[in-house]
Amino acid sequence: MIDDTDRLIINQMQGDFPLTERPFAVVAATLGLDEADLITRLERLLADGVLSRFGPMFDAERLGGHTTLAAMAVPAERVDEVAAAVNAFPEVAHNYLRDHTLSMWFVISAESPARVAEVLTEVQAATGLPVHDMPKLCEFRLHLRLEA
Amino acid sequence: MELSDRDLVLVAALCDGLPLSPRPYAALGTAIGMDEAEVLDRIAAMAANGVIRRLGIVVRHRELGYRANAMVVWDIPDGEVDAAGRRLGDCPEVTLCYRRPRRPPDWPYNLFTMIHGRGRTEVEAAIALIAERTGTAGFRHEALFPVRRFKQCGARYGLRAAAE
Repeated sequence: MIDDTDRLIINQMQGDFPLTERPFAVVAATLGLDEADLITRLERLLADGVLSRFGPMFDAERLGGHTTLAAMAVPAERVDEVAAAVNAFPEVAHNYLRDHTLSMWFVISAESPARVAEVLTEVQAATGLPVHDMPKLCEFRLHLRLEA
Repeated sequence: MELSDRDLVLVAALCDGLPLSPRPYAALGTAIGMDEAEVLDRIAAMAANGVIRRLGIVVRHRELGYRANAMVVWDIPDGEVDAAGRRLGDCPEVTLCYRRPRRPPDWPYNLFTMIHGRGRTEVEAAIALIAERTGTAGFRHEALFPVRRFKQCGARYGLRAAAE
């Protein structure tokens, strides 16, 4: 379980990590912690799965790559097998089952648009199921932080 | 921004996350043959150019108690969708709002929003309020709640550069 200090860390560290030689020391000082304690807590939060990772969030398009949202209508009895096939692609970062006929929703990101197209084709070939490609056409909001 | 091969090597290393050591940029550089100053300069340039949207921790929302993260999708006439997207995107409850293509006949929706919440009832109430406030209640919309999470990790870039 997370305590108040963890909560403080989570709420303060979802962006603006300092670009300086001792960044943890800088952040720790603003939170009233010491560097080693902050690092130990981050290790534990990562190990416990409260944090998915610690690092940058890239803008795929600006990086020269591409990202898309894909959806498939997966029959209930094939869900585990199809999820495993989809998850096997390193280009798939997120994959969720949702309560809809189009039941499996996953995000494909790669450093080139061509690779994203290949993954779409390969998922279709591996599963025998049609994959809908729903790329972003316009972004109205992307708010990346959540309050703990 | 045109990324060099060296940038891409750094990008690939960053996809594994920043090392949790007192000098993370130095530690990262050691693994890929760059010194600390070069790592810092390249990351700063990518942050300035928007290649890096943010640098920090990424939370697993479910572990923080956000269990009802609805993908709310809307079928809005093409001529009105951008205005509706801006109004929905301005709502503080909406964490993400994108226009995407319809895929008829399976999928009639062209506007996607995410609303994170701790319980389904709370999220459903928020959706009704938002729809009312933004004048979108009259358009067909649906909330897709998560049933299972199969994967949530960071995207991987620079795979090829790192392999070479």
